[in-house]
Parts: sequence; C-alpha cells; structure tokens
Amino acid sequence: MQSLGIDVLFKGTNFLRLLGGLWVALRISLISVAVSIVLGVGMGVLMTSRSRVLKAVFRIYLETVRIMPQMVLLFIVYFGTTRVFGWNLEAETSAVIVFSFWGTAEMGDLVRGALQSIPAIQWQSAQALGMEPAQVYSLVILPQTIRRLIPLSINLITRMVKTTSLVMMIGIVEVLKVAQQIIEANRRASPNAAFGVFGAVFLLYFLICWPVGRLAGYLEKRWS
Amino acid sequence: MDIDVITAYLPRFWDALLLTLRIGWQGVALALALGVACAAAVHWKIPVLRQIAGGYIGLFRNTPLLVQLFFLYFALPKIGVRISAETCGKLGLGLLGGAYMAETFRSGLESIPLIQTESAQSLGMRPAQVFGYVILPQAVASSVPGLLANVIFLLKETSVFSTVSLMDLMFTAKDLIGMYAKTIECLTLLVIFYLIMLLPVSVLGSWLERRLRYAEFGD
Repeated sequence: MQSLGIDVLFKGTNFLRLLGGLWVALRISLISVAVSIVLGVGMGVLMTSRSRVLKAVFRIYLETVRIMPQMVLLFIVYFGTTRVFGWNLEAETSAVIVFSFWGTAEMGDLVRGALQSIPAIQWQSAQALGMEPAQVYSLVILPQTIRRLIPLSINLITRMVKTTSLVMMIGIVEVLKVAQQIIEANRRASPNAAFGVFGAVFLLYFLICWPVGRLAGYLEKRWS
Repeated sequence: MDIDVITAYLPRFWDALLLTLRIGWQGVALALALGVACAAAVHWKIPVLRQIAGGYIGLFRNTPLLVQLFFLYFALPKIGVRISAETCGKLGLGLLGGAYMAETFRSGLESIPLIQTESAQSLGMRPAQVFGYVILPQAVASSVPGLLANVIFLLKETSVFSTVSLMDLMFTAKDLIGMYAKTIECLTLLVIFYLIMLLPVSVLGSWLERRLRYAEFGD
C-alpha cells in the first residue's frame, strides 16, 4: 500500500502553508462580508422605499448578480477593467470588489425581506401604545428584524466563504493553489499525495462551513 | 469592439454552450434523483440510509464545487478510481446539487401542516392516498421556486468546469483571451452566452412560481 499523502501533509511546513492559503481565501471573504453587511443594510432599507425607480434599479442589480456566475464577474473586473479603463487592479482587490458587489445585493434582499416580514400590526400596536416612531423602530421593529436576519446572513457568509475558492482562477495563491504546489513539489517522493492533500482541503472547508451553518440553523430554530 | 472577431468566435462559444448544457442537464437530473432519494430517507426516517443521507448532505453543502471537483478528478485516481473529465463534471454537479435538492424537497414536505394529514385521514384516506393526493402536490408546489433556484445555481456553478479541462464557456473565453487578447469581445460573448443559458430558466422560474401558487393552503 503506497502512502496516500498523509505524510506529505505533515512534512515540513506543508500543513501551515495550507492553512496560510486558506487564510488568504478567508480574508477576502471576511472583508467582502463586512462591506456587504454595511452596504447591504443600506440597500435593504432603500429597497423598502416607495420609489418605483429605486426599486427597479435594485431589482435589475439583484437579478444581474443572481444570473451571472461569480467567475464571469471576476473575469470582467480583473481582465475587463484593465482593457477598458487601463486600471491595473490587483487580483485580491478585484476579488473583494466582485464578492462585495454580489454580497451587497444578496444582503440587501435579505434585509428587505426581513423588514417586510414584520406585520403592519406591529407598527400599529406600538403606535397605539403611544410610542414615537424612533421608539417603534428601535424597540419593536429592529429586534424582530435582526432575529430574522442573523440566521439568513450567516448562511450568506458560508456561501461567500465557499465561493472565494474561485479566486485561484485569477491567479491568487489560495488553499487549492498551495495544495497543487505541495503536490507538485512531492511528485517524486509521494506520487499519490493528491489524495491526502486535496482530501485535507475538502475537510478544511467542511470544518469551517459546517459549524457556522449549524449555528445558523440553531439560531433560526431558537428565535422563530 | 470588433464584430468580425465576435462572428469568428461564435462557433467556439456555441460548442462550449452545448457542452455546458449537456453536462448541466445530466448533472441536474442526477441531482434531482439524489435529492428525492435523500429527502425520502430523511423524511421517513429510514434507519442507516437516513444517517448516510444526512452525512452526505452536510458534507456537500459545506464545501465548494471547485474543491469537490479537484477531489473527484485529481485525488480519486490515486486510489484507483479513474473517471473522465466529463463524467467528473456530471458527477460533481450531481453530488453538489443532490445535497441542495434534498434540503429543498425536505423543507417542502415539512412545510405541509399536520392538520392536512389528519383531515385527509379523517376523510377515510389510506396513507398512500394521503401522501399522493394531499401531501405530495402541495409539497411539490412549495418546492418549485427553491428547485429552480437550485437549477440556476447549478448551471452557474458549471463555470468552474474549466479547472478540470472541460471546454466550457469559461474555458473558451480564457483560452481565446490568452491566444488573441481580444478581451472585450470575449467577455461580451461570455456574458451573452450565460444569459442565453440562464435567462430562460430564471423567467420560467418566476412564471411557474406564480402558476403553482394555486396549490397553496390558506390565504
């Protein structure tokens, strides 16, 4: 039985390098998540406005982001802008732009959904109790909105973490790329290393996303 | 933008679209089959199968397709399982999609209130009738939007196939950009071809969603 690359995983600094690669991907998703949450909340509030134009604009934005694969958006931002505007965006910056663009749209839609899911009777009852609009918002509407929003946005975060694996396609050295490098470097000593190393990447993603997803499920059950 | 370049590239993009669609529909079909099987195992709490289905759903929902494909294509041959790039694409898409479809079907089944079963039973229906006439039609109707969202998601995910050297739309665009540096033309074609593939599904989705609402209970 030949070794399946488990030894390669723990040789030298290989495992640390893999974790470093994972961090590169995670860092991109975390920055994008932060941007998306801030912009998405703003967008969600604006989407509940009565302005037809505003609604139409956001609708088109959302549908565009939902229909175009993130990879296409990555290519457009990374290769397209260089060609059209002569910008020389770094790969990581392009990735953050694309994932924030996508995340903002999705987050905006979640916030809109959560805001609209609060029945009008909540407003009316709070007003009937003599609350000021600011009080209604902070004491009645917001707490309920946030409870509905948190599980959904946690799910969005795991989606974004998973999607950032695409950045290797625009030349960012993230976990999959590091895995390839490690496998190449050990091609002679351990020809079957691909199994252990890619298996480890598979498990690493699972170990990040699974607990986070469970947390979202738990919060959803608890708060509903 | 150069129209001649675009017409010259069209056939290659067209072939790539056909390849993507061929793998896409087979992957989606596999995903539906896996999804129904897993949802059934979980819903009827079939011992052993239910645990397997649960583990599978958890594993494939929490990892990116790119990583799954790398595992199928580069890692499995090391333990003697050798599959072609195309099979790998179908299998990867099917396995990923199956996990999402299973969740959609399961939540569709769970969304039917217990009173529906009880009412049907009190009318004297047999269990098979309760399921076939009462639960299933409503569950299907309530899963349809999620199902089509999954189909769109899966067709979008085909964009990572180029990594296992399948000549899909993304591969074609990247290849042509690399050879002739007609970046704008290639990116435009890329967007147009993805729209050709995904817009109909998206429109069908919103139409079916409106259409199937009749089966909803209440309001």
